[in-house]
Amino acid sequence: MWRIVHQFGSPPWVYRFCDRVIPWLLPITVVALLTGSIWGLLFAPTDYKQGDSYRIIYIHVPAAVVALAGYYVMALAGLVSLVWRVKLADTAMRAAAPIGAAYTAIALITGAIWGKPTWGAWWVWDARITSMLILFFLYVGVIALFEAYENKTVAARACAILSLVGTVNIPIIYKSVDWWYSLHQPASIKFTGSSAIDASMLYPLLGMIISFYALFALLMMLNLKQSLTEEYAQSAWLNKRLTA
Amino acid sequence: MHPKRKQRLIVALVIVVLSSVTIGLITYALRGNINLFYSPSEVAAGEAPIDRQIRVGGMVVEGSVKRASDRLETRFDVTDFVHSVTVTYDGILPDLFAEGEGVVATGKLGANGAVTASEVLAKHDENYMPPEVAEALEKANAQGSMQ
Repeated sequence: MWRIVHQFGSPPWVYRFCDRVIPWLLPITVVALLTGSIWGLLFAPTDYKQGDSYRIIYIHVPAAVVALAGYYVMALAGLVSLVWRVKLADTAMRAAAPIGAAYTAIALITGAIWGKPTWGAWWVWDARITSMLILFFLYVGVIALFEAYENKTVAARACAILSLVGTVNIPIIYKSVDWWYSLHQPASIKFTGSSAIDASMLYPLLGMIISFYALFALLMMLNLKQSLTEEYAQSAWLNKRLTA
Repeated sequence: MHPKRKQRLIVALVIVVLSSVTIGLITYALRGNINLFYSPSEVAAGEAPIDRQIRVGGMVVEGSVKRASDRLETRFDVTDFVHSVTVTYDGILPDLFAEGEGVVATGKLGANGAVTASEVLAKHDENYMPPEVAEALEKANAQGSMQ
């Protein structure tokens, strides 16, 4: 078992793994995103209260869900880098940060666009929205902190600690609508019991969440490959792989 | 596990636990400020300051909305099903504003216990369904209450 785990620390193995998976993952992601969007935007029924404006849920919720999950990916890579000093974990942590920041920005922007016609305001400083903005700053903070150091080993260590400390924000975002009075509504999808969203609207939403996860994995691999190409430009294994 | 790695793992976990506890205590201490609005019960208990900008949130009481005939001014009651607060608002209400729906009103609480709002936001709930399902539910509810 440990042999499999150790393989993930080996840059040539991971590079080859990405090369093998991407040709499969890319078309699957594109098809899943297209199917989910068309299903959600054209075929799902309109909402009884909001009409068609609710359809932004098919972008907003998947982006927000994966923005939270992506933070754990980044923090976990940070932990591995901090404890086991695996260089590849630094690269993975750095690869996750810009993708997570983009997902968080999409969730914030689509939320504002939906908030104006629904609530009557683009932005409200309630617990959910504010904690989500903090998540965005954490992602951007990790990117900025890494660039701030000349010594990249020290930079990675500082980023790992920042991302570990930031994990406390994730359950706060998730539970904010239950713990405090907020304008943002509580979750419609429930893990236990029946969801507050009708099945005909829920299935395309679940499809989009899965698509957004696939897109995250795809972007992560592309990012990893690019970083590895930069880091190991002088290595024999990479040159052999690129010329082959 | 290598003792050095074990030590580093413990340090990392201690960082996570300590920062969680710190932030947990801070948010617990500030919970009154993190709440976006006061509930009508808190207003009734005198927890909301008078003559200062506050927010009050709750459900609009069925049949309480009264509109002035010559102005935009609207008066309605907001309830948490224990207490209720009267809100007056002179402005355009959001599309989703309706009796029996959630609202958050920003304004000043007068000495008479009524809020003069400068902004009213609709609070959407977590229920999403097609119009047919909503109609069917309403019908079932109506039948249920007749029996």
